[in-house]
Amino acid sequence: MIIYNSPALVPLLLLATAISIPVLAIKKTKLAYPLAVGASLFSVILSSYNIFRVWKSGPLTYHFGGWIPPIGIEYVLDPLSAFIALVINIVAFFVLWHASGVQEREIPGKSVPYYSLVLLFLCGANGIIMTGDLFNLYVFLEIFSLAGYGLIGIGEKQAPVAAFRYLIMGTVGASFYLLGLGFLYIVTGSLNMADIKNILPLIDSNPAVEAALSLMVIGIGIKMAIFPLHGWLPDAYTYAPSTTSSLIAPIGTKVAAYAIIRLLFFVFDVKFVSRTLPITDLIAWLAAIGILYGSVMAMAQKEMKRMLAYSSVAQIGYIGLGIGMANPLGFIGAVLHILNHAFMKGTLFLVAANLRKNSGHSDISRLDASYRKKLPWSMAAFTLAALSMIGLPPTAGFFSKWYLALGAIDRGNWVFLAVILVSSLLNAVYFFRILEKVYLVPPPAPKAGEDLSPKAKKRRGSLIGEEEYGLMIPCVILSFSLLLLGLGNANIVKGIIQRIIPLGM
Amino acid sequence: MTDFFLGHYAYFGIITLLIIGLYGMIFKKNLAKKLIGMTIFQVSIIMFYVASAVKWSGTVPVLDPLAGAADAAKYISPLQHCLMLTAIVVGVATSGVAFSLLIAIYRHYKTLDESVLMDRMKSS
Amino acid sequence: MTTPEIYRSFIPFYAVMVSLTAVPLILLSFRHANLREFWTLAASIIKFALVFLLLPGALAGRIAEFTFWEISPGIALTLKTDAFGVFFALIASGLWMLTSIYSIGYVRGLKEHKQTRYFACFAVCLSATIGIAFAANLLTFVFFYEILTIATYPLVIHKETRVAIQAGRKYLVYTLTAGVLLIAATAWTYRITGNLDFRAGGMFANASFSPSAITVLFILFLAGVGVKAAIMPLHSWLPAAMVAPTPVSALLHAVAVVKSGVFGVVRVVGFVFGPQLMRQFDLNTLLAIMAGATIILASLLAFRQDNLKQRLAYSTVGHLSYIVLGAALLSPASLIGGLLHIVNHATLKITLFFCAGAIYVRHHKEKISELDGIGRVMPWTMGAFTVGAVGLAGIPPINGFISKWQLGLGALQAGEILPLAVLVLSGLLNAGYFAPIIYRAFLKSPAVPYKHGEASPLMVIPIVMTGLFSLLLGLNPDLFFYFYRLAAQVSASILGGTGP
Repeated sequence: MIIYNSPALVPLLLLATAISIPVLAIKKTKLAYPLAVGASLFSVILSSYNIFRVWKSGPLTYHFGGWIPPIGIEYVLDPLSAFIALVINIVAFFVLWHASGVQEREIPGKSVPYYSLVLLFLCGANGIIMTGDLFNLYVFLEIFSLAGYGLIGIGEKQAPVAAFRYLIMGTVGASFYLLGLGFLYIVTGSLNMADIKNILPLIDSNPAVEAALSLMVIGIGIKMAIFPLHGWLPDAYTYAPSTTSSLIAPIGTKVAAYAIIRLLFFVFDVKFVSRTLPITDLIAWLAAIGILYGSVMAMAQKEMKRMLAYSSVAQIGYIGLGIGMANPLGFIGAVLHILNHAFMKGTLFLVAANLRKNSGHSDISRLDASYRKKLPWSMAAFTLAALSMIGLPPTAGFFSKWYLALGAIDRGNWVFLAVILVSSLLNAVYFFRILEKVYLVPPPAPKAGEDLSPKAKKRRGSLIGEEEYGLMIPCVILSFSLLLLGLGNANIVKGIIQRIIPLGM
Repeated sequence: MTDFFLGHYAYFGIITLLIIGLYGMIFKKNLAKKLIGMTIFQVSIIMFYVASAVKWSGTVPVLDPLAGAADAAKYISPLQHCLMLTAIVVGVATSGVAFSLLIAIYRHYKTLDESVLMDRMKSS
Repeated sequence: MTTPEIYRSFIPFYAVMVSLTAVPLILLSFRHANLREFWTLAASIIKFALVFLLLPGALAGRIAEFTFWEISPGIALTLKTDAFGVFFALIASGLWMLTSIYSIGYVRGLKEHKQTRYFACFAVCLSATIGIAFAANLLTFVFFYEILTIATYPLVIHKETRVAIQAGRKYLVYTLTAGVLLIAATAWTYRITGNLDFRAGGMFANASFSPSAITVLFILFLAGVGVKAAIMPLHSWLPAAMVAPTPVSALLHAVAVVKSGVFGVVRVVGFVFGPQLMRQFDLNTLLAIMAGATIILASLLAFRQDNLKQRLAYSTVGHLSYIVLGAALLSPASLIGGLLHIVNHATLKITLFFCAGAIYVRHHKEKISELDGIGRVMPWTMGAFTVGAVGLAGIPPINGFISKWQLGLGALQAGEILPLAVLVLSGLLNAGYFAPIIYRAFLKSPAVPYKHGEASPLMVIPIVMTGLFSLLLGLNPDLFFYFYRLAAQVSASILGGTGP
């Protein structure tokens, strides 16, 4: 009856593969990659099946070891968690597909530990998403983060320093979360999310509850890199190997954002977090500052991955803003932006990886039109993702901004509306700067004879233009699905997100 | 007043530890010392959980023929201890990862001093 | 007027999609220039035929509707062919046919680079324009409006020179800013009305709102659509964008893009706010003052331009505001005049731009001071140019006269004298800045004899056709396409508040 265990199956499968990779691939290191991709593909299939089941018959629960909650650990798949799990598994699958072309080159000879860590990372992410138990969430958060530190630290020369800084901050975050959870446990005597939600109204005005909430939100806020707790992010994304940055950027912060949503609206009460203790207001304002800060900093960067990293700080701000507005439209915008941003940032980082693979750098100042000739499809994917980041219809990015703007108006907060609009112009500035270079700045004159090599000629003549399909196709699929996500967003909103708008909003 | 301090002395100890840990992480320039600060910080939280499980005149949560199974109040709560076992494992793992990162840093830059490190990172 | 009958139909969908479908075909046949141009021409003819099919229905008050799907809960991507939409779509698609023929002559004559990209973007622009024309609600409008913004960008920077890139940046700064303001305004309207469907006579009828909100909202809308309509002070991207190839300037910067802007202004005035609200909050006065100032200032600025295309661009800025003025006056004749000016200015200005392009391709001259005696070697081209210039100055029997006459009449109907004075003054100024060109072309003798004569027939034929068409429309505005009847219908529906 494996099918009935499907909620628990995804993290367990990933965990089991992560452990068995070093065992199975110790002699034949080539085995590591197919095992990882296979597990990832299987997790996509399982999570699709899960969301189908949830969509058909409502939330699923799974009790570990048969213990009934609140005593045992419970896994809950409601539309929100099933949806987010599917999103991150899909993005992870494409990134892993793409990894075959870059991983060996950037971090040679480390494929066994690397893919094992990737799967641990994904296991942690899936666990965070599906668990219904707050302490279990902590454990998965740490599995996820520890794997993340490793994935980052494996990169360039500066990477260990960035990873160490992330480790210190991340551990402080996790410890804050744990401390807050301690308070909550002392007060409620339970660790089960649903159980705590029922108990909390009875002890509403306890200062320990407020302390618990603040500590937990700060803790996860560090992992989510919400402004001003984002200090670890730019270095970590820049120096990490390409595959890691394209994995952590779309998934890492999103999972933390999901955890905050869970915590604020499904453990604590909307009324409590927005009125008794105005923590959502605080999140919203910090996010708004973060959006502007991230966009401005992104404009100042000379290196593409660093620019994308700062742009992530800004985009996390959108999600934070949507959460902080604590109204249905803002919530829709935030959840939709988790999806859209995962696809957009995934594409952008993958294209940055292709650039590095192709030319050994991703310096914005050194880009010119020759890159478009070398990588026409990657650049097309980049363009589409950039348009989506700016928020132009019919791409997906437009619609998350649309809902956020509606949410801001609904709340009557014109500052938020202005921030959303201004930031999309700032996005336009830093993305068009790159597009202009890639499409319009003529390359320096080629050296004599160089252009006449048969390979170059052949490439010019071919319709596809790019030879490394493994690098090109994932980018193209991810970016073109932005069009589908944009045009079909009403189905996602109506079919999934509107079903899970927390009560009381 | 005295009662308050005496009654909560464990918590004051924990807060002191917590602050020492934070101080180490923020103000120490040496990365290894930062790591020590982080560990102290983690330990203080573990202590906090353990302290919250304490019950005067309770016994360890192992079935005691004298106390019997009827009255659960005679035992201290086992859950916090279990949770902290996990947290300790997590802490050990974190330290392990951190040490390996420190080794990698030291290999590349031959220093663990933050300000020197920053200079060397920029110049490379 | 009876309530229009609405029926479901795929025709508006096909009309939008036909040029979009042509894009991959154009891209795939990049090695075969003739095949590629065949796709463009085929798409433009089919598109025009499809729009023309909708004309009888629009005249009879039968409206075709096509809904793609919901793009936001409660708001669907919907196309609706009301009289106004058909009116605009007819002009845009009709002139696209001629421009396609002209473009082929132009890009081949100049051996332009990246012709595939050029034709592909052109096709996307036209899809977006038809989408704007048929948009049934604000979100659909915004949707296509933004696509148009982006699809025009590669055409503006087509030459890829430093100047072109600068112009492209300026264009993006203006239009993207306008885009976000429009999105904000749309979102806000949705919040107030709970519905974004265009309604003749205004969509705020049953909504509650605060007066200050309406004014701010109007300014947001005005900034959103006013950039493309080049209302001063939002106009300066347009002269800069003249660095684009001439067919682009002709079709997009005299017809499709800028007219999408004025089309938007009329939609906002007539179908979002409605005459009653406009008058109630004095928004029409604001609009009229801006339009009047733009007309005069742009005409004055046109005098200072020696570059022919720049002069035409400033002239465009001025003439666009005629249409805005017509909308702002909100009287039956002024609306008809404004709408007719959409057609008339389109045919006249496209003629003038075509002429400028023909001169550039054949003689590589861009400055007015270099055009001495060119009329003797290019009689057809400069003859058409004269028709265009005379028409824009508002002299009968060219069609420009009719729209100005209606606008003047409308000003009187509204009981305003000042707009009339503006119109008369601007007519004089128009004559003033066009006369020297015609004088130089025909009466001065060239300093150096010209080496070439007329441009290729691919260019001359469209020039003559648009010139001739302007003349015919001047004699009978209802000729072929019933533009006058359509305009009257739109005007009546806006003022009467009856309509979909």
